[in-house]
Amino acid sequence: MSAFNNPFNPDVRLGAVCTCGMHRSQGEHDAAVEVPADSDPESLSGRVIQSAVMRALFPRDAARRRFLSAVGSSTALAAIGSLVPFGPLEAMAQEKGALEKKDLKIGFIPITCATPLIMADPLGFYRKQGLNVTLNKTAGWALIRDKMLNKEHDASHFLSPMPLAISMGLGSAAQPMNVATIQNINGQAITLHVKHKDKRDPNQWKGFKFAVPFDYSMHNFLLRYYVAEHGLDPDTDIQIRVTPPPEMVANLRAGNIDGFLGPDPFNQRAVYDEVGFIHILSKELWDGHPCCAFGVSDQFIKENPNTFAALYRAVLTSAAMAREARNRPLIAEVISPPNYLNQPVTVVEQVLTGKFADGLGNVKNVPDRADFDPFPWQSMAVWMLTQMKRWGYIKGDVDYRQIAEKVFLATDARKHMAELEMKAPPRSYANIKVMGKEFDPAKPDAYVASFAIRKAA
Amino acid sequence: MSLGSRDFWGAAALSLLLLVFVLGVWQISTLPKRQGPSANDEYAKLMGRGAKKTEGLPTPGQIGKTAWKQLAHPFYDRGSNDKGIGIQLAYSLARVGAGYLLAIVFAVPLGFLIGMSPLMHRALDPFIQVLKPISPLAWMPLALYTIKDSSVSGVFVIFICSLWPMLINTAHGVASVRRDWLNVARTLEVKPLRRAFRVILPAAAPTILTGMRISMGIAWLVIVAAEMLVGGTGIGYFVWNEWNNLDLANVIFAILVIGVVGMALDVAIGRLQKLVTYVD
Repeated sequence: MSAFNNPFNPDVRLGAVCTCGMHRSQGEHDAAVEVPADSDPESLSGRVIQSAVMRALFPRDAARRRFLSAVGSSTALAAIGSLVPFGPLEAMAQEKGALEKKDLKIGFIPITCATPLIMADPLGFYRKQGLNVTLNKTAGWALIRDKMLNKEHDASHFLSPMPLAISMGLGSAAQPMNVATIQNINGQAITLHVKHKDKRDPNQWKGFKFAVPFDYSMHNFLLRYYVAEHGLDPDTDIQIRVTPPPEMVANLRAGNIDGFLGPDPFNQRAVYDEVGFIHILSKELWDGHPCCAFGVSDQFIKENPNTFAALYRAVLTSAAMAREARNRPLIAEVISPPNYLNQPVTVVEQVLTGKFADGLGNVKNVPDRADFDPFPWQSMAVWMLTQMKRWGYIKGDVDYRQIAEKVFLATDARKHMAELEMKAPPRSYANIKVMGKEFDPAKPDAYVASFAIRKAA
Repeated sequence: MSLGSRDFWGAAALSLLLLVFVLGVWQISTLPKRQGPSANDEYAKLMGRGAKKTEGLPTPGQIGKTAWKQLAHPFYDRGSNDKGIGIQLAYSLARVGAGYLLAIVFAVPLGFLIGMSPLMHRALDPFIQVLKPISPLAWMPLALYTIKDSSVSGVFVIFICSLWPMLINTAHGVASVRRDWLNVARTLEVKPLRRAFRVILPAAAPTILTGMRISMGIAWLVIVAAEMLVGGTGIGYFVWNEWNNLDLANVIFAILVIGVVGMALDVAIGRLQKLVTYVD
């Protein structure tokens, strides 16, 4: 590990013996000493190069240390940097390596949440990265899970809690799965059947049947949160069924369900087909909540690091474009054909532009009805875990942070966003406000305990 | 059973009349209703009023138009999730074919064994009785989990549903070959293999073919449901994809296509059956 230590620090030895002399080898020393604070992969690889150069300049480590002590490390860095081009050397080492795998299969569910992932195909963002991607429309979330576990898909559109659940082995065989980016924020809604036009107060919903896309979905957690805040126990007072999003409108029309908290375009589609109305946008519950994610397995990242990086760039490029309001009508146009969403363009456009009919005779204008912030906040993961705990999906103690940090790849996202000159937040945790109630990701257990209606024993 | 030519034409005319009547009632009852002008033009536009939009069931006319459009380009390929009806049918037929052939390979020899040996019959009967009534789709989750490949799982589901009728019919056919014939074969000292192929197989062939015909019917029923579950390709996926878009004209068109293809398969095996039928 000595190559990772700062070669401009006179107290660090670059030789074979350990730096402090207390250990027999550098390995033992490193085991005892923590990895340097700025230990992200990029600066570490920079260190390796700097160390190599310093070792070439000062074959005898004692000479290097005397030199550094004499002139000071920053002067030394500047002086040697003027002779040796550290920057280009580092860039060369980091240059995009050859793609390990070019033909990729990516699964998706035909909903607007998958916008960045889908539009990268017709707009050529995958091809630009040298990837030949086949997008596979998939019938439901359980199948998305199975096809990822089977490795039929290389990467996939996920509900953002799914990689957490799969990694923990909840409702699935345990396999380490990651959230590379969040696909979309907001963009969901509670849609009710038109016959319930005068039942806008959740107190009147006792006995209602609702559909959500999957157990491990933000939809399920938000619906439960919403009705619980209104005094209903989601496990006993209402019925929640899992229904694949595309089948929600058909079920609503048939009267099998009274409403759903589902992804768009199906909320808008229910309005368009005059079977439902939009009761509340999910944005009004938690502004900026994550919904779907772009995920890959641990194994895929390990076996195909360069392909993964290329894929990352393609999806982030998409997200950056999708964030611009002026691009939204064009995006609606390219993702609506039968090969992708298979929906009328006007429905998708209403979702993406935020100018929509609500099914009650009003035209509403909510430009941030759907947005595509890709950054995978680890605080979001902790929130999801608190809700899994709250509703009894997780039993026993949970190491919230450890799971969140393992599954949500905030560091990678930050690195790749920087490459594309996108702004990424410096922190990975932030407080969250859901229906006016503050959530502090540092105190997850207290948060779970603070709810009157919950299942956790 | 013999119908005179007058009766034949009478029946045909009656069929036609029924069809016209049903279509007429359908067309009239599903004619689009005129919507009153909305007070809010913008709202109406966002709701897609005035535009061509499916309102409940489509009329036979709309279905005809859809069918024409689909049949004019049956083999188009616009990406992994949008292929013509011909390509989708080919996928479904390939899956059914693979599962079905696999079932024949298993069912016929096993059926022979069960039919020829009362001991095996008694030993295997409980298993068959339990496994037979299981809906083939119930196997799907298990297949996906163990086989780890969705298209092979589809083939497996076809295999498992075609297996039982063939197996049971083969066993029954083999077991009920007339004793006299077997005795004659024994008297002539025919070797067992020769006896199986020259005496039992021809004698049991009509019953075996009946089993195959039933199996094909079931396989074709099941493939649609299996593909709706697994998605990707095939006629079942086509129905599911159009259902997502609530495009009932396409769904009804697909239903008709499924019916016609199913009938064609049945007729084909029916012909085969006639070839091996004999009169005692």
